[in-house]
Amino acid sequence: MTEVVVTGIGAITPLGLGAATLHERWAAGVCGIEDGEGRCREFVATDHLSVKEARRADRFTQLALVASVEALTDAGWGEELPYEATRIGSMIGTGIGGIGTIEANDRAMFEHGPKHVSPLAVPLMMGNAAAAAVSMRHGLRGPSFGTVSACSSGADAIGTAMRAIKYGDALAVVAGGAEAALTPLSRAAFGALDALSVSGISRPFDARRDGFVMGEGAGVLVLENGDAAQARGARVLAVLRGYGATADAHHVTAPHPTGEGAAAAIARALEDAGVQPSEIVYVNAHGTSTPLNDRAETTALKTALGEHAKTIPVSSTKSAIGHLLGAGGAVEAAATILALRAALIPPTLGWAERDPDLDLDYVPDRARPLDLSEGRRPIAISNSFGFGGHNAVLCLEAR
Amino acid sequence: MADLTTEQIEKVITDSLISFGANAEDINRDAELAALDIDSLDLAELSQIIEEHFGVELTSADVAEITTVGDAIDLVAERG
Repeated sequence: MTEVVVTGIGAITPLGLGAATLHERWAAGVCGIEDGEGRCREFVATDHLSVKEARRADRFTQLALVASVEALTDAGWGEELPYEATRIGSMIGTGIGGIGTIEANDRAMFEHGPKHVSPLAVPLMMGNAAAAAVSMRHGLRGPSFGTVSACSSGADAIGTAMRAIKYGDALAVVAGGAEAALTPLSRAAFGALDALSVSGISRPFDARRDGFVMGEGAGVLVLENGDAAQARGARVLAVLRGYGATADAHHVTAPHPTGEGAAAAIARALEDAGVQPSEIVYVNAHGTSTPLNDRAETTALKTALGEHAKTIPVSSTKSAIGHLLGAGGAVEAAATILALRAALIPPTLGWAERDPDLDLDYVPDRARPLDLSEGRRPIAISNSFGFGGHNAVLCLEAR
Repeated sequence: MADLTTEQIEKVITDSLISFGANAEDINRDAELAALDIDSLDLAELSQIIEEHFGVELTSADVAEITTVGDAIDLVAERG
């Protein structure tokens, strides 16, 4: 069966504009979190989009659009698409969608009346808006939709895109995730759940971790049918080897305490990839910095990877940018590929105090060269888990 | 709402079109809205702004009759 390859990467994150910036700054130990939030401070929509394009898009869609432009450029897609337009899809996940738009229009309605709700409210708030905008911006006429699985949305979009290519529905898919939920309602709502860090510090797997830090951003990959990519002479960045998705069927917000659903997703992704646990050289963890996730994820890794779990470096991108919710899985897939290609594992920033039960190698302090001795190949997994019990795991190999 | 001057109407409509992304220098009475890349969603917003400023309610049938910037100005002036 044909391989699905990654030929382009784009990311807008709290660490700055561009995928390379994400890797370089994270690996250098820079943290993009300020005042307890990971905001994309360097992102100004109208620097990149026309007035019309910007005002026709909620911030989550703006982030996705700009990341998609970077990804397509990186893939070497010029003015002309490399394949017939109906064979190129657009799948962009989001956890919440246009919540900023919802809040603004809700305020307008209650303060001034229903006639003050904007005609743009629906097209901006809808969860599929980013997928639609990416399709329109680039003229992609293949399968196009959003995936919605909370903080697994971005990973599920990439996994679903991989399936669409393998099945033959598409020769390429522009896939990823986007989120812009740093809004009053969203802050209050996550706060009411006791999910947010009181200290405002994201320190995954550390004994002092006290909740996640919200972030915003977008990650977009260009995925192509490997044969088609080769035929057009594309530069291949990575192979998307496998995808595994499961559900906990346990609790709407808490992960299963033993992480059995997550472990099953990891096992499924490895099986799909035809990869043994001993071949994994890096785990890009979901690592939210919540007491429950980091414990359950550690257990899940040990269940799925067995004796190898303790020797494989595990780091969390969320230590540097916070939790990008529905964008997380896509941004982290991008970060994983870049780490593998650079053969440099960025650290879990802020990790200093060991939780006695969390006994994996969390790559503290500073970036570490990837161990590719004895013919080991740059193969990693990237975990994403979401409220609702969704688990999505991607297995990636750099080229 | 009496005493509406054409200038007032023209200013509100021009400012709106610019905020929708139209180029200021392309906007004149004879300019066609389609040529300014103004579409049905923009016109729905424009109707809202016109109602807010001038109390003139435009139906979608009214809006469908508008082709040029001048058409829009005249329609509001006539109803105002």
